[in-house]
Amino acid sequence: MAYILIFITAIFVNNIVLSQFLGICPFLGVSKKVDTALGMGAAVAFVLTLATIVTYLIQMYVLNAFGLEYLQTIAFILVIAALVQMVEIVLKKVSPSLYQALGVFLPLITTNCCILGVAILVAQGTYNTQGLEANLLTGVVFAIATAFGFALALVIFAGIREHLSMMNIPRGMQGMSIALVTAGLLAMAFMGFSGVDAGLAKALGL
Amino acid sequence: MKKLESTWYNMAVVLTLISVIAAAALAYVNEQTKGPIADIQQRNEAQAIKTVLCDDNAVVTDTIVNGDVVVYVTDNGAAVKTTDPQNGSFGGGLTIMVGLDPEFRVLGYTVLLSNETPGLGAKAGEWFQKGGKGDIIGRTAGQLAATKDGGEVDAITASTITTRSFLRAVNNAYAEYAKVINK
Amino acid sequence: MNQLKVLWNGIIKENPTFVLLLGMCPTLGTTSSAINGMSMGLATMAVLIFSNLIISLIKNLVPDMVRIPSFIVVIASLVTILQMLIKAFAPEIDKSLGLFIPLIVVNCIILGRAEAFAAKNGPVSSVFDGIGMGLGFTLGLTLLGAVREFLGTGKVFSLTVFPDSYGALVFVLAPGAFIALGYLIAIINKIKKN
Repeated sequence: MAYILIFITAIFVNNIVLSQFLGICPFLGVSKKVDTALGMGAAVAFVLTLATIVTYLIQMYVLNAFGLEYLQTIAFILVIAALVQMVEIVLKKVSPSLYQALGVFLPLITTNCCILGVAILVAQGTYNTQGLEANLLTGVVFAIATAFGFALALVIFAGIREHLSMMNIPRGMQGMSIALVTAGLLAMAFMGFSGVDAGLAKALGL
Repeated sequence: MKKLESTWYNMAVVLTLISVIAAAALAYVNEQTKGPIADIQQRNEAQAIKTVLCDDNAVVTDTIVNGDVVVYVTDNGAAVKTTDPQNGSFGGGLTIMVGLDPEFRVLGYTVLLSNETPGLGAKAGEWFQKGGKGDIIGRTAGQLAATKDGGEVDAITASTITTRSFLRAVNNAYAEYAKVINK
Repeated sequence: MNQLKVLWNGIIKENPTFVLLLGMCPTLGTTSSAINGMSMGLATMAVLIFSNLIISLIKNLVPDMVRIPSFIVVIASLVTILQMLIKAFAPEIDKSLGLFIPLIVVNCIILGRAEAFAAKNGPVSSVFDGIGMGLGFTLGLTLLGAVREFLGTGKVFSLTVFPDSYGALVFVLAPGAFIALGYLIAIINKIKKN
């Protein structure tokens, strides 16, 4: 049951974009259309889950085992960059249609800080585990949930921006300015979820 | 100087060289900073114990570690390092140090680490202090609760969640210290 | 003269925060107060100056195809060194910036400047570009932090301007970050047009 709680908390209560400020660049950059937002969301979900598993194993069995914790940042970013390349190559061979859908987004993901951020959080165990032990399974559940949260925020935001583009907006506010204010209001809406996790924990009897 | 060609040989040599230099530089800096970092952590913790007990001459007679919770026992009470046991708070929670006298009255507290939404954690550092709006100094730990939940402590404006989490941590400090005393 | 132009370019004309909109995660995530914003800006500037310098020095030794991975290794090492130094000598900053220090690695400004400037120019102008861009970023973060701190808690750099209880806490929280930056950009757009 606690896994469900991790899920709901990461998607709504602690949304990675709207309350943790990770992955803002793609959030602002690739959110003009719902279709592209969906594609980006799917690509992030895929890479984030994979990257979390690989970096967690590296942290446990290489870095911690040999006392090389100080190489964490460098190792993780290289793993993520390599992983993105690999996913790109494999997708191209195995599923050209999927590659066509996600291809353009893959190179952008290396510099998406939500990937590195989540990998570090999971490796350190400093995320909300709802009382469970911070191991590979909870880490992966957290990563998937975070990716869902990212995709959700991105798609909602893209939907709003599609409508915004048809509106009459004061000249100075056009473009990024109004987008940021909109994102602020969206973040405010998500703040309404705060406390839901504690209530749910009680309801589920945890 | 001409740019090196992208041959396999060149690429492999350059990448390996850069990685080796980088790793060596990091290992060196790590070696240099390891001492100061450990020092600072120890000093901060020692300072926090004195601050929360309001006693500059406090001497720790016993240290009991129980998972994330550490109880530093002195002759006049204990300083307890603890987190919210439910961890149901915003970003992953607060780590606080609470000073309790042998009757479990709160002598003082300090926020050691805050993964809260930026701004809220800082607020918790002042709100519950003496003279703050949610003053808990002198209250008896164990059953502390926010006014909203039928308790007596005023919650931080607009962040009941953080307040609840903070108070759970304080109550947890009581529970851990009580365990030590009853042993 | 030329170096001054590079500096000016980074601070005003291509200000990374308000004009190029680069590095938005730390911009929004660490500006809950002016001092936090400034520390983040300075930390990024330090990495930017050294990464620009090193990359402009080694640019001819690195074959094109492994350019990006090599740059990333350089940047990641610099960030880790900075992280250790901050932990050892400025633990207060470490406490308030937390996860955002290792995330300097993926700040698009750093790799962006490495690619766009340092890989094409000499070490001296690259350092000036790093200083200019770094100052521009620091300025942006400090300004945003000051605005949020002022509206949220009535303080600027911890100096009280009006009582805490009149502040709108929402500006210190997540939504306020987006909204404050949105309006700052609108104001700057307006000024630029006049």
